[in-house]
Amino acid sequence: MWEYNQKVLEYFRNPKNMGEIENPDGVGEVGSMACGDAMRLTLRIDRAAGRITDAKFKTFGCASAIASASVLTELIIGKTVAEAMQVSNEDIVNALGGLPTAKMHCSVLGHDAVLAAINNYRGVQSTHQTDDEGKIVCRCFAVTDTHIERVARENKLRTVDEITNFTKAGGACKSCHVAIQDILDRQWGTVADADAPTDCQKQRETRCCQKPKGKACGCAAARTKG
Amino acid sequence: MIYVDNNATSCVADDVVEAMLPFFTRHFGNPSSMYAFAVEAARPMERAREQVAQLLNAAYADEVIFTSCGTESDNAAVLGVLAALPRKNHVITTAVEHPAVYNLGEELQRRGVHVTYLPVNRDGLISLDALRAAITDKTALVSCMWANNETGVLLPIQEACAIAHEHGVLFHTDAVQAVGKIPVDVQAAGVDLLSLSGHKFHAPKGIGALYIKRGTRVRPLFVGGHQEHGRRAGTENVPYIVGLGMAAALAAGFLDDEATRVKALRDMLETELLARIPVAQVNGHRTLRTPNTTNITFAYVEGEAMLLSMSDLGICASSGSACTSGSLEPSHVLRAMGLSHEEAHGAVRFSLSRYTSAADIAGIIEGLPPIVARLRAMSPFTPPELRA
Repeated sequence: MWEYNQKVLEYFRNPKNMGEIENPDGVGEVGSMACGDAMRLTLRIDRAAGRITDAKFKTFGCASAIASASVLTELIIGKTVAEAMQVSNEDIVNALGGLPTAKMHCSVLGHDAVLAAINNYRGVQSTHQTDDEGKIVCRCFAVTDTHIERVARENKLRTVDEITNFTKAGGACKSCHVAIQDILDRQWGTVADADAPTDCQKQRETRCCQKPKGKACGCAAARTKG
Repeated sequence: MIYVDNNATSCVADDVVEAMLPFFTRHFGNPSSMYAFAVEAARPMERAREQVAQLLNAAYADEVIFTSCGTESDNAAVLGVLAALPRKNHVITTAVEHPAVYNLGEELQRRGVHVTYLPVNRDGLISLDALRAAITDKTALVSCMWANNETGVLLPIQEACAIAHEHGVLFHTDAVQAVGKIPVDVQAAGVDLLSLSGHKFHAPKGIGALYIKRGTRVRPLFVGGHQEHGRRAGTENVPYIVGLGMAAALAAGFLDDEATRVKALRDMLETELLARIPVAQVNGHRTLRTPNTTNITFAYVEGEAMLLSMSDLGICASSGSACTSGSLEPSHVLRAMGLSHEEAHGAVRFSLSRYTSAADIAGIIEGLPPIVARLRAMSPFTPPELRA
């Protein structure tokens, strides 16, 4: 069983803003049944003020997907459209007091839903997230290269495992692991792992800290490992 | 607590615990030692071997060797046969095996062995013609599970075994989910090797057994001392072996209960849930099944959310959902049966045992409909007519 914290469980048991706004000003639909989680976010937006006055969600998915969607609605209600777009998946995770690593993709789903709903409100032609023009890398979960690039950049992800935890890409047949590694190499440069990325203490499994003894990058995680 | 996850693991029977305890304290001897004190450990171990052999209707007790778990038994069988037949490089198994065989097959492929995964139909059954067609002169072994862990579906072991033998191919069955639930007769089935696991029928975790028909050539997985006639080196786990023997003896006495009372409870659970919850389906063949298992898909909801909500009511079950599998893929068993991703994600498995009561079943029948209704109200896929 996943170990969810009490806050996640509370949002799962008693979600806030569950449902659907009639004649919404913006609709965002992300994920799919195939992936095992999907979300429909509807927004009421005060057009004059450019402010989100109400948000409701519907989610097919596990406890963390439901909790992420619920807390997301709380985070964006009252914000301007521009502010809401700044709400990152990290903000969702923080508001929930943390998610299991393998469940990070649930918070990414929430973030994508906001972008999709706001695009819909603005009349931007985009059914999914803005990255959708990219090329599919992970066929199992239909994840594009542009999406992987964005999530990697925003969350400073440096390993294939981390990408899987945040986007699901590479989580099933694993045949795209090389392609994901290529994206990471492009993003950070192949020298990045030798060059002590400053954020690796956040994720202890970052590659730089798994180097053989003597070649450790000197980051905090490597030091505490001895 | 309502525990209906007995295909995952089962409680240890009181009599089993009782039987084991003296072997942690008074009779701690190493059965391989020469003094009389060691015989106090060796004799009960041989008695346990007879008890397990009896449950399987094996011709000889020494056809049973003790292992640490079902996975070890599977590995010992498949790898042991391949090692004994160096000119053969092909194994046939099924697309619905437990990971202990399924992932072993993938590992064998990496090592250069050809592995055929026989597909299954919507009922979860293999085609015997497909098996016949898959056999080549390079085939060393057919490994086909007796009962599926997720659906309880019983595969045609006797027929499949006969086909393998017609072609001079050895036959192994992972019977971890069959032993103790239905009569398992190795002689009638004709199998050469059979794996079982203690904790699925009220022995503790950490003990299993492998049946090897006399005359079957198998190289050992563990090499070392002469224990188990050199077929499985390592000091014998006497208390657990004694526990497994006791569990086997008890299971033999409860097979009738499984076939009647447990089956009736399972059928009632199934009938009532399908009657009370619209758009639900049973996965797998309805009659060719172990009596204790049902696998039901509740459309439009996700399995993990179901399990967590059930857990709040003290109901323990499991799911085919990706979120509960550790990987991100939904159940390979349900997918192999042709279920869509969404059907697999919404599947919940209930597995009963001799300790399941009518009150337990009533609790699930009462508890589940509101959970499904709540999650369906939350799901963007629920059609309007099903929204509460």
